Amino acid sequence: MSEETVNIEGAVCAPPLPHGEQIVMGHGAGGRMSHQLIQKAFVSAFQNPALQAGDDAAMLQPMPGMQLSISTDAHVVMPLFFPGGDIGKLAVCGTVNDVAMLGAKPLYLTAGFILEEGLPMSTLQQVIASMQAAAEEAGVQIVAGDTKVVQKGKADGLYITTAGVGLIPNGTNISGTQAKPGDVIILSGSIGDHGIAVLGARGELGFESTIQSDVAPLNHLIEAMMNTSRNIHVLRDPTRGGLATTLNEIATQSNVGIMLDEKTIPVHPDVASACEMLGFDALYVANEGKLVAFVSHEDADVVLKAMHSTRYGEDAVIIGEVTTTPKGRVLLKTSFGSTRVVDMLAGEMLPRIC
Amino acid sequence: MKYVNEYRDAELVKGVIEEIRRTVTRPWVLMEICGGQTHAIVRHGIDQLLPPEIELVHGPGCPVCVTPLELIDKALTIAAQPNVIFCSYGDMLRVPGSGRDLFSIKAQGGDVRVVYSPLDAVKLAQQNPDKQVVFFAIGFETTAPPNVMSVLQAKRLGLTNFSILVSHVRVPPAIKAILSSPQNRVQGFLLAGHVSAVMGYWEYPPLMEEFKIPMVVTGFEPLDIVQGILKTVQLLETGKVEVANAYSRAVNFDGNLPAQKTINQVFEEVDRKWRGIGMIPMSGWGLRPEFDAFNAEKRFDVGAIHTQESPLCIAGQILQGLKKPHDCPAFGKECTTENPLGATMVSSEGACAAYYRYGRVDMHQQVEQS
Repeated sequence: MSEETVNIEGAVCAPPLPHGEQIVMGHGAGGRMSHQLIQKAFVSAFQNPALQAGDDAAMLQPMPGMQLSISTDAHVVMPLFFPGGDIGKLAVCGTVNDVAMLGAKPLYLTAGFILEEGLPMSTLQQVIASMQAAAEEAGVQIVAGDTKVVQKGKADGLYITTAGVGLIPNGTNISGTQAKPGDVIILSGSIGDHGIAVLGARGELGFESTIQSDVAPLNHLIEAMMNTSRNIHVLRDPTRGGLATTLNEIATQSNVGIMLDEKTIPVHPDVASACEMLGFDALYVANEGKLVAFVSHEDADVVLKAMHSTRYGEDAVIIGEVTTTPKGRVLLKTSFGSTRVVDMLAGEMLPRIC
Repeated sequence: MKYVNEYRDAELVKGVIEEIRRTVTRPWVLMEICGGQTHAIVRHGIDQLLPPEIELVHGPGCPVCVTPLELIDKALTIAAQPNVIFCSYGDMLRVPGSGRDLFSIKAQGGDVRVVYSPLDAVKLAQQNPDKQVVFFAIGFETTAPPNVMSVLQAKRLGLTNFSILVSHVRVPPAIKAILSSPQNRVQGFLLAGHVSAVMGYWEYPPLMEEFKIPMVVTGFEPLDIVQGILKTVQLLETGKVEVANAYSRAVNFDGNLPAQKTINQVFEEVDRKWRGIGMIPMSGWGLRPEFDAFNAEKRFDVGAIHTQESPLCIAGQILQGLKKPHDCPAFGKECTTENPLGATMVSSEGACAAYYRYGRVDMHQQVEQS
C-alpha cells in the first residue's frame, strides 16, 4: 500500500513527520522510519546482492579449503571529520586492515551504527558515502548492518562498529608470534600523522597545522608484498599506542628482542614539531594507514621494492631487526649511538608540563 | 625542526663528549636540577656516552613529582565537587593521591579537563559563568608567569568563578636544601635553563659563595646538556668556583624582568612541602592575601586535609640524589608506570619513570650479572 493512497476507515492519527533532515528516536524503533532509513541511506549506498536480499543475515560463498580471517573494531572519534578522513573511512579501513594483517584478502564487512538523536541526515549521508568510497578502494562489500538510535547527549554524533571477513591463502602463516631473530623490520611510511591530525581537528594543538590523517586501506599493499615473498612473518598496523606499543606486543608474542635505529624512523616534520611542542613522543602516536612487516633477511629488499611500487608503501623503510635477546623488549639505538628501552604506552598519552 | 635539530647533531654531541673525556681526570658527581633535562638525558642515552668518572644524579626538578600528596588530595576533593570544572596540565591527572587520581574523579563524573595554558582555564570560566573553574597551578619558576597572568586576567575580566590551587616551588631554596644536607654528594650543578630564562641567574652567586660549588646554566637539547656538563667539568678540574652560562641563547644574568615583576605582584614567598623531601622554608610561592578571591584553598573548604606520604616510596632520597631509582626495593615490582606508588614514577619527567621506561634493560642486565 503506497503512502499516497487515501483509505479512511474512521478516525486515524496523523502519520509521523518523515524527519528527513535529522535523526530522531523513531529511526531506531524498527518500524517504517527505520526501514526507510536503511533503504535510502544504507542499501542505496552499499549496493550488493547480499545486502539487497534484505534478510537477517548475508549468505556468502567461501572458497573451499581456505582459512578465514575475522576481525571487529568499534570506532569512536571526535570530531567525526578530520583532515584526511572521517569516522566512516576509519571504520572501513580499520577493519579491512586488521583482517588483512593475517595475510588475508578482505572480502566482506558488516557495520553497526549507533546514531545520536538529532544527528543531521546530511552528516550521516556524508559518512556513508565515505564508507562506500573506502570499501570500493579496498575492494570489499558491506553486506549486513544494524542501526540503533540513542537519546541526545548519549553519544558523540555516531559510533560505528564494523566486522570483516577475509580469505587467507593456503600455506600462509603470518602472525605476531612468527617474528624470528634476524628478521628485518619494515615500516610502510611516516608515523604519528593520524593522531596529530585528529588533535589538530579538535583544536587542541593551539596552532595551525596541515597534517593529514594517513587513514587508508592497506590490503592492496599487503597483496603486493605477498606476491613477491613467502617469507613475511609478521604484519601489523600500529594504531592506538603507536609504533612503540605494537612492536612491544610483537616482541612479547614472539619472545624475541627488537632493535630499532632511531634515525631511520620517518616522522613528518610537522608531526615532529607538534610532538615537540606538546611533549608527545611520535613513537606512541596513533597511525591508521601504516604497517610494520617482519620479513626474512633474504627477502627484505624485494619486499621493500614491491612496497615502493604501491600508493601506501612508497615511503617504506627498514627501521630495525629482530634479535634473540633481550626477550620481549624493544630497544632503540639513538642517533648518538646510545641505546634505550622503548616501552609500551602505560595509559593515556599525557602531554608533559614543560 | 629548525633551531632544534641543530642541537641534536650527533657529530657535534660526540665531539663535545670527546672533549669531556679529555678533560676529566677523576670522579665527579653532578646534579641536573630540572626534570626536563633528566628526561632528555635518559631519552637520548647521554648518561651512557659519558666517561665513567662522571655520575649524573637527578634533582628534584619535576614539578609534578614534588607536588605534595596533601595538595593532590585537596585537588581531588575540589575536582569531585559538583559544579566545578577542574583544569590541569596533562601529566598531573595520573598522579595518585590517597588511593585515587584525577582520572578516577573524572570517571565518577567530575569535570576534569587537560589544558595547555591557564589562560584556557580563564576562557572556560568566562564561557561557564554558572560553574567554578579551578586551575591546578603547579610548577617551578618557568610556569609562574602564565599562572600569575591567569589571575590578573581573571581579575581584569571581573570573574568571580575562577581560582587557582597553587603548588609553586622554586629552584634556589631546593639547591640550598640539598647542599646543606650532611649526606650531600653533589659537586656541581647543571642549573635549569628555562627557569633561568625567566629568573636569570642572579640568585645563584650567593649559593656558589656559601657552598663553594660551581653551577652552570644548561639547556635541554643533547648538545646543550653535554656543553653544560663539559663546562662544569672544566670548572671542577681547574678548581674554579663560579656560576657560568652555557645556555646564552635563551638566558641572561637578569632574566625576564617584566615577568619577575608580575610574579612578585601576585605571588609571595611561602614555606612549601615537597613530596618525599618535606618542608623547605620559603621554598615556594603562594598567592598574596590581596588575591584571596582567586585562591582555591580559601574558596573551597579543604584546609582540614592533612595527608602523610607513603612509607614504601623512597622518592625523597631519589629527588635529593642520595639514591638511584633501582636502589628502591619497590622499583619495577610494586611500583611501575602502570601502578605508580610515588610521583617520581608517574610523571614522564620523573626520575623513576625515566629509568623504568628507557633504562629497564640495562638495569636488568646489571642485576643478572651481579
